Amino acid sequence: MKSYFPETASQTAGPYVHIGLAPDAAGFHIFEKNFCATLANSHTEGERITIEGRVIDGSGTPVRDVLLEIWQANAHGRYNHPADRQEEKPVDADFRGWGRSCSDFDSGVWRFETVKPGVVTGRDGRPMAPHVNLWIVARGINIGLNTRMYFSDEQEANRRDPVLNLIEWEVRRQTLIGQRERRGDEIVYRFDIHLQGEQETVFFDL
Amino acid sequence: MSEKGSPSEIVHRDYNCHPPAFAPGYKTSILRSPRNALISLQSSLSEITGPQFCQHDLGPLDNDLIMNYAKDGLPVGERIIVHGYVRDGFGRPMKNTLVEVWQANAGGRYRHKKDQYLAPVDPNFGGCGRVLTDENGYYFFRTIKPGPYPWRNQASDWRPSHIHFSLSGDAFAQRLITQMYFEGDPLIRQCPIVKTINNDDAVRTLIAGLDIHAAVPLDCLAYRFDLVLRGQCATLFENRTQGAA
Repeated sequence: MKSYFPETASQTAGPYVHIGLAPDAAGFHIFEKNFCATLANSHTEGERITIEGRVIDGSGTPVRDVLLEIWQANAHGRYNHPADRQEEKPVDADFRGWGRSCSDFDSGVWRFETVKPGVVTGRDGRPMAPHVNLWIVARGINIGLNTRMYFSDEQEANRRDPVLNLIEWEVRRQTLIGQRERRGDEIVYRFDIHLQGEQETVFFDL
Repeated sequence: MSEKGSPSEIVHRDYNCHPPAFAPGYKTSILRSPRNALISLQSSLSEITGPQFCQHDLGPLDNDLIMNYAKDGLPVGERIIVHGYVRDGFGRPMKNTLVEVWQANAGGRYRHKKDQYLAPVDPNFGGCGRVLTDENGYYFFRTIKPGPYPWRNQASDWRPSHIHFSLSGDAFAQRLITQMYFEGDPLIRQCPIVKTINNDDAVRTLIAGLDIHAAVPLDCLAYRFDLVLRGQCATLFENRTQGAA
């Protein structure tokens, strides 16, 4: 008997990924309840933020058929998951911590409405700077790409972050920083993801 | 399992089981693949946790693609059940994993505003469904067998019949999207997307076998498709100073 079974092989999500994961974006309504890009409801604790960006291919063209998911801790820095045993930080019942967004078919812009995550304890008890985990699939992407978005207004925490510090090329660390801007009452972090080329985003093997 | 911080590890990914990012036979991958190496992380809480789903997220017909978009009749095509188990690399059942599927109709046409293929849309077929695995990691759904369809890669490329699968797993590092193919389809060996995987054993794990014993007589055939997600194991030794969070 085998002691370890190999993982099922990945395949591209293809251009029609929306049919399965976001049917309303594909152009038809079928499910009563849909997963969406709004993570916070009116009771969720924390600072409301929008994360917005585009995914850009190796020619500089926005990818217009991309689907992204984010996974993040709540405003106290705790994940809504039983394996998170940071008992000193409260779980927020009004925050699953997960959302899904599709890029606009014309502009390629995607966005999430969420709260800013708190600090999560990393390996060896070292704090990780606030970050959002992202997963990206699309036509032409054979295996989902993982990255993280950190926050431009957390420079001190970012400087000490154990994951950012694993990236030997300091210039590449900048590709993981979402840029804070204010639009009226809205706090927006701009985060463009470059799949390939000079400004290529750092992707992780988790 | 140890205390706070990172109580478990996700077994590292064996990239021999997977297609490389850059696979020029599949043309779109050329400009959509990173040129730099991935940076490997050891598991932290960010990787070993992931979204949790429950029955409340789904509707009663979500795993029945034959009925969940039927308007004035039944969809046209070969009625089938697809079922199987989701396990981790150690063979343990993956419970409460969200399985989402999507596919073309019997003629190979997708219900998607970007699909221009001349085969008609079936007014009674949507083409998507979802189901949660039970405590044994088991799932099943009912559908119409999808048809092959042509696509713009090389001018004469056709996709084999396939169903797209998305699995949530229990940890964000287990997140997986793949495609299920059907036993005996001669298009499998020709397909540039299948051939992005340079490993025949890995390709075979994507081919569902006809499962005649699970068929419903005089109603529908069945196919069996099992999936494996990355294993998760306890951290046996960890160097953490006393009192660290």
